[in-house]
Amino acid sequence: MDVIYILWLRQLKRYLRSKSRIIGSLGQPVLFLFALGFGFGPIFQKAGQGNYIQFLTPGIIAMSILFTSIFSGIEIIWDRQFGFLKETLVAPVPRWQIMVGRTLGGATVATFQGLIVFVISLIAGFKPQNPAMLIFAFLIMILTAILFTALGTAIASILTDMQGFQLIMNFLIMPLFFLSGALFPLNGLPKILSILISLDPLSYGVDGLRGSLTGLSHYNLTVDFTVLIIISVILTGLGSYLFSKIQI
Amino acid sequence: MEAIEVLNLTKKFNGFTAVDNISFSVHAGEIFAFLGPNGAGKTTTIKMLTTLLNQTKGSIRINGLDPQKQQDQVRRSFGIVFQDPSLDDELTAFENLEFHGVLYQVPQEKRRERIKELLQLVELWDRKHSLVKTFSGGMKRRLEIARGLLHHPQIFFLDEPTLGLDPQTRNRMWNYLQNLNKKENITIFFTTHYMEEAERIAQRVAIIDYGKIISLGKPDELIKETGKNSLEEAFLVLTGHAVRQEEAESIDQMRLHRRMWRRH
Repeated sequence: MDVIYILWLRQLKRYLRSKSRIIGSLGQPVLFLFALGFGFGPIFQKAGQGNYIQFLTPGIIAMSILFTSIFSGIEIIWDRQFGFLKETLVAPVPRWQIMVGRTLGGATVATFQGLIVFVISLIAGFKPQNPAMLIFAFLIMILTAILFTALGTAIASILTDMQGFQLIMNFLIMPLFFLSGALFPLNGLPKILSILISLDPLSYGVDGLRGSLTGLSHYNLTVDFTVLIIISVILTGLGSYLFSKIQI
Repeated sequence: MEAIEVLNLTKKFNGFTAVDNISFSVHAGEIFAFLGPNGAGKTTTIKMLTTLLNQTKGSIRINGLDPQKQQDQVRRSFGIVFQDPSLDDELTAFENLEFHGVLYQVPQEKRRERIKELLQLVELWDRKHSLVKTFSGGMKRRLEIARGLLHHPQIFFLDEPTLGLDPQTRNRMWNYLQNLNKKENITIFFTTHYMEEAERIAQRVAIIDYGKIISLGKPDELIKETGKNSLEEAFLVLTGHAVRQEEAESIDQMRLHRRMWRRH
């Protein structure tokens, strides 16, 4: 337990100490929220779908969690060569504990980022429908964060250098985001798109957040929770396995 | 018992033989230098000795234990200073050591005591609450040495520990290590490109080239054998003057990026 705790604490301390990184990583979600939110707002309204900020906010919270989580996992590539992680790889502790500690740390940081975006969205005019449901939104954030940090860790355990990074950005992170229903409603879409969206784990994070924050849910909350929990467990297991096989 | 025993050790990467059937042993309490041109197989060997990489063939014993099968016992028995810095820059000197102590399950009271003792030894005690990113290269090296010693290892591996340090810092660093070697009988295994350093510090040296050990013995024996005046000249006779054409590996590129983007 000590090992998991100390690795979690390390991630948290690093996060809280780098104010510039916190602000920097909020730039993108804030830009999306304001530019898309107010830009598409009128047309969304005209289409009879209501307030776009209200619709978009859960998607942008999910986006900031997705990016922060995956990057914190991917950071392992760097960290195991030039960072503290290399130190931990020769320490007499089971590798899975290192992986779990780091994943929980990364997930905590990503959840914080999500919470900050949530607070910013309140300034932009977002109104949660039912305060009692906020706890579910919070749980969905944590699960989404764990899921994608574990995914990042699993990928980083296979890659040996940063060369593949661009590939991951374009063929994994971007599709995960754009095919998640973060930006548009899931009703009446072409069949193939609907299928792709239902295969994207982030869709359930977005849907769960939207359900608990605004009351509008496509899959319903139970499905969202179930899918997120199952995939998180699978990816954490897979990540631990791949991480324990790392040789440097 | 020997501290390190290596027999017919081989490591191949996709058909390329990085370490080619080498055998040597290091006595307990000895200071042993592992020398060779770039790409000769030094770091690969250290990685295999320290459980980070599995060998293709051959056997290794660290204090009589097998690094592949008795991983945790082996890991507990050595300390290491890597070629690339492995401190967390966003943490303080004290926190870096504290984290190491927790990973090696040193009980808290003993841990605090030992941290103080070691930080005083490497003269960083009054900077204990400074973030590591504010440290110079020499201070970071000293801190890494303190960290590697925290759990009382019997063997200390140092991979090019003095690279990029000024003569004053190098000198002081070797003073600590030699004292430690005398006082606690800790075995020291290091690599370096500074031949005068190896000649002065090491009791025995091995020279490795193209993955093979081409010479092994006391520095003055090697000098005598080759009929030269210094270990550096002897080294050049043994390994040739040709500059090694080393393909830039991805790790070198990462190192470059690191220098560009993060100023440590």
